[in-house]
Amino acid sequence: MHYLIIGNSIAAAAVIEGIRSQDPEGAITVVGEERQACYARPLISYLLQGKTDEEKMRYRDQAFFDKHKVTVLCETRASHLDAGTKTVALDDGTTLTYDKLVLATGSSPFIPPMEGLGQVKHRFTFLTLDDALALQQVVKGDSRVLILGAGLIGLKCAEGLFGQVRSITVVDLAPRILASILDEKGSAQVQEHLQQKGLTFHLSDRVKEFTANEALLESGTIVGFDMLVVAVGVKPNTSLAKEAGLAVNRGIVVDTSMRTSGKDIWAAGDCAEAEELVSGQHKVLPLLCNAYLQGETAGKDMAGLTEPFNQAIAMNAISFFGLHVITAGLYEGEEKLFAEEGSYKRLFVRDNHLIGYILIGKAVERAGIYTALIRNQTALDTIDFDLISRQPALMAFAKSVRQQQLGGSV
Amino acid sequence: MKRVYVNEAWCLGCHLCEYYCAYANSGLTDMVKALKDKVIRPRLTIEQEGTISFAVSCRHCTEPLCMKSCIAGAISCKDGLIVIDQSKCVNCYSCIMACPYGALMPSEEQVMQKCELCATNSHGQPVCVQGCPNKAIVYEER
Repeated sequence: MHYLIIGNSIAAAAVIEGIRSQDPEGAITVVGEERQACYARPLISYLLQGKTDEEKMRYRDQAFFDKHKVTVLCETRASHLDAGTKTVALDDGTTLTYDKLVLATGSSPFIPPMEGLGQVKHRFTFLTLDDALALQQVVKGDSRVLILGAGLIGLKCAEGLFGQVRSITVVDLAPRILASILDEKGSAQVQEHLQQKGLTFHLSDRVKEFTANEALLESGTIVGFDMLVVAVGVKPNTSLAKEAGLAVNRGIVVDTSMRTSGKDIWAAGDCAEAEELVSGQHKVLPLLCNAYLQGETAGKDMAGLTEPFNQAIAMNAISFFGLHVITAGLYEGEEKLFAEEGSYKRLFVRDNHLIGYILIGKAVERAGIYTALIRNQTALDTIDFDLISRQPALMAFAKSVRQQQLGGSV
Repeated sequence: MKRVYVNEAWCLGCHLCEYYCAYANSGLTDMVKALKDKVIRPRLTIEQEGTISFAVSCRHCTEPLCMKSCIAGAISCKDGLIVIDQSKCVNCYSCIMACPYGALMPSEEQVMQKCELCATNSHGQPVCVQGCPNKAIVYEER
């Protein structure tokens, strides 16, 4: 048995753990484009900040790959997949055959066409360790940084560079920051926090034209810069799957076992499009925890244990300069709002179920109790919702449930 | 695996377990020195409402969502014991987002901490259990 994994990030590590929980012997090969061994991708902003280093960023160490007898090919790109002959061509000219294949190819930065972009000398994206290292190479104390995109990636990059550069300006087409995960009030609160630190925002705006060191915005504003980071979004890497004729929408379409439409081919992580629990719709959820859980599910299924993963929801934990934000699910239905100094909480309820939340500041404590209500689709009339909406607590559950939680095996 | 189990019917709500926990993880051998004039940061939480109270600490789940959600790969499972490598933690709160029991919290050093059953400190056995005056917390196989 030969398991072939294309991609060497979080989902791939989870695939290995999934396979090895069932099959201690089958050969496993990992093909990864990046130079580095499997690392904790979201930590690249913390690397810029100096809160971690390349060694600590290792997601799984060498001993893990040795123990699990995994052959890892770094700096190797899979260029073609032939699902008929069950082969994958690599860019070094070799061809690998597989019995079971998983595509864990991740995503790539999306760079929209922009006038004059080619003239910009120090131009970066921010998705890989090499991106972060390249940024570090050119950062100087007097650098003016322009970031396109006020989403998770753009703003974490801003935090990573903060204090090491002269100025940071962020431009986004949306009227507010973190628009994909926050409501208006939440966005405003986080934006104010970032502005107090010294970040400058130009929202509802876009770059009309670049010269080497200036961006002319649609509004007429001119922003001078020395370094540009484009972080407007990512797109799933689906070309191998498309070529092989697999079903692909935005991402590679998978079922709850992470099987694609192709025989003996699975997909997991940022490249995959799976069913999201609350909406029931297929979505790409480029989040680390979903990458892990999808990878693990795929690995187990490949090795013979089918344990459907159908609890995927959108969820994010992110912080900026000590202000923590945790969000999950969908922002629809009836809502309950709790806002006070230093704490913002909005809960969304539909048909007797919690379907989403936004928590900022002190409200993030014990957030996972809310997450579990969404994931487990707990009927709210079986718990003391009044109590739990004020404060996430096991106290809100029926005594018998609590006895199982704290007195049983979980 | 032996775990900490809580029987709320026996809990007095005395909070002694919190003090024993803070002491056990202080690295000090003198309980008074460890606690006197300190804001304690125990790795367990007492929930209290009316006459009901109980301690909540890490369940050492067989499906550890904190571990699977950790963006740093800082949380791992060692023979069933869920432990956190604080040197790798970047304090992102992903584990707080994931844990269904609300059993992780930031330490004084602003990295995550959790109950590790006193297996990773100098005590070796859960000190909250030893300190509970009414056996509302026990350490056993179930």
